Amino acid sequence: MAGIVGYGAHLPRHRIKVEEIAKVWGADAPSYKKGLMLREKSVPPPDMDTITLSVEAAKNALKRAGNVEPADIGAIYIGSESHPYAVKPSGTTVAEAIGATPDIHCADFEFACKAGSEAMFVALSHIDSGAMPYALAIAADTSQGAPSDALEFSAAAGAAAFIMGKKNLIAECLFTHSYMTDMPDFWRREHQFYPQHGGRFTGEEAYFAHTKGATNAILKKSGMAPKDFTYAVFHQPNGKFPQRVAFELGFTQEQIDPGWLAPTLGNTYSGASPIGLTATLDVAQPGDLIMMCSYGSGAGSDAFVWRVTERINEVRDKAVRTRKLLEKNLIYVDYGTYAKFRRKIRKND
Amino acid sequence: MRDVCVVGVGMSQWGEVWRKSLRQLFVDAALKAINNSGVDHLDSLYVGCMSSGLFVGQEHIGALMADYLGMQGLPALRVESACAGGGMAVRQAFIEVASGISDIVMAAGVEKMTDCSGDDATFALATAADQEYEVFHGATFPGLYAMMAHAHMHKYGTTREMLSAVSVKNHKNGAKNPVAQYPFEIKPEQVAKSVMIADPLHILDCSPITDGAAAVIVTTQEVAKKLAKPYIKVLGSGAGTDAMALAQRNDITTIKAATLAAERALKMASKTINDVQFAEVHDCFTIAEIVLLESMGLYEPGKAGPATLAGETALDGKFPVNSSGGLKSKGHPVGATGVAQIVEVYKQLTGRAENGRQISGSLKIGMAQNMGGSGASSVVHIMEVA
Repeated sequence: MAGIVGYGAHLPRHRIKVEEIAKVWGADAPSYKKGLMLREKSVPPPDMDTITLSVEAAKNALKRAGNVEPADIGAIYIGSESHPYAVKPSGTTVAEAIGATPDIHCADFEFACKAGSEAMFVALSHIDSGAMPYALAIAADTSQGAPSDALEFSAAAGAAAFIMGKKNLIAECLFTHSYMTDMPDFWRREHQFYPQHGGRFTGEEAYFAHTKGATNAILKKSGMAPKDFTYAVFHQPNGKFPQRVAFELGFTQEQIDPGWLAPTLGNTYSGASPIGLTATLDVAQPGDLIMMCSYGSGAGSDAFVWRVTERINEVRDKAVRTRKLLEKNLIYVDYGTYAKFRRKIRKND
Repeated sequence: MRDVCVVGVGMSQWGEVWRKSLRQLFVDAALKAINNSGVDHLDSLYVGCMSSGLFVGQEHIGALMADYLGMQGLPALRVESACAGGGMAVRQAFIEVASGISDIVMAAGVEKMTDCSGDDATFALATAADQEYEVFHGATFPGLYAMMAHAHMHKYGTTREMLSAVSVKNHKNGAKNPVAQYPFEIKPEQVAKSVMIADPLHILDCSPITDGAAAVIVTTQEVAKKLAKPYIKVLGSGAGTDAMALAQRNDITTIKAATLAAERALKMASKTINDVQFAEVHDCFTIAEIVLLESMGLYEPGKAGPATLAGETALDGKFPVNSSGGLKSKGHPVGATGVAQIVEVYKQLTGRAENGRQISGSLKIGMAQNMGGSGASSVVHIMEVA
């Protein structure tokens, strides 16, 4: 059975508070804090992008994978909607940085916020097929949100990496299910700086419909019920949506708590539910079942049922825990610094 | 002039109706009105619609709606008077039946407002204000009504609590309306604490943008009797206009177009304002309801706010206003609003208001007042129990 051999995350240290953004635009901070359950978000500094985040997360995954030689990794897939280049893969640089070249298959994935879980899905398929011993799936984003747009209050940065394999598993993948329709709720056209979205339409018809569609389908496929799971992780464009969808599906606050990062992390787009999974694995015990369901605009969800193995206790502290990255050693920036970091200021050069 | 009646009514779902297009919303309401009335054909169709062109890129909707109603060939016309398009469509149907040109006319209204962004919707709505003297200089409808509110507060001492009372009362009524977009009650302090839009108007002082349609069958009393369905009589129809830009009006604490429309409708009906027992009025903003009640002579200037605060316009008050929930709670698909007001008056006069929304007592005369923009056009209908 295919599953996770090693996992790791990486987050920027910088944060900006919702009040700081609201102050600049005359927006109502309480409506974001209460309405969307967003308090602050991560900000990538100028030398951090999807590639560097991916390298750090992959190195943490290798630390937990134990004896996996980078050269034995047969494929590297990076899912992101903020690949630094429009043409030129992110995966080549990351594979080179971790020493996995040249005998390796590589592709960059794009499907709004579910590009990362797609990379996981395809990597697992390679392992299931027996084509290779290990495959590396990375979910990373330095998300874009237009100045003053609602997205600016959530668009954040972070990465998670998973080395998939068959032996020495930390978590077995028992079931997968993908669910997709042509639902245009959020998009960014070529040469546009920032994405556009359809307001509340992106909630009901898009996020909730697809997240529930995929989760209900995998529950049916597995014959499991929400109460069978110790934990659940849903895509988290803000704090509110994953909590509401969890409750509507029959999961509890206790089940989502370890992986519910968005209130202080923001929306890491492709990284959101994968990073939530790393934080959940950090506290999971052998035998625990974890439900994971991503969501990407456009639109679709990938759902996974994971079962944690005995090996989790050996490896969880071989690399930094995700909650530590989220909560410790933070640097708060003002809007001006944030605007500079995010290249929102036009210079004469 | 022949006697005119409304014999059947229908409304589509109202709200953010993402799975229905402009034409589907219309057909939903139109079929309900046809089935509700029992008519076997229509002689013509009027469709009130403010801005399908800017909201969904579709003009020429008279023919389109007849087509999708399965009635190709039917004379059909779109009526536009900004947010008063629905009421004006009813008026056109009234005129056509009263004149003897047609016996059975559908008056409908439809608007599909959530297919575009909030900015695009705001732009489309602002085309109902004076572009050269208002909109080009940055005025929006909340801004224009905010100026009216400030003037009213300054002149008459109208307060925040009075504005909030309008919203609270309409939400209380809308909570009982099965088609309302926001069918829940709110508290005065929620209104006062909600996001500021244009001082003194908070978001809970403002009607929402809405997808929706409404339709009524307008016919002669002879046809209505033959159909053997509940019907009401339309005793009077009046319309009026005023300067488009607020700056061109002598007094912005009153809405002259509504005064004129009400006077003309009452005169045609041979009634006085004291005969009217309840009303649907165009509460696009809380201040609008207060100003309108005074403009139409239902209250002395400066008295509608205190009366609202005292509960006089509540469902169980001495003069119930907006038993449907009004634009605030029921929603405001601009071109459909005026027709939906007729639907509510029909339901009240025939004793069919749902979920405990029925006004108690013996109802005889009701009124519907619909308005375009900041009050440059208005239309009033006086209706009587059959």
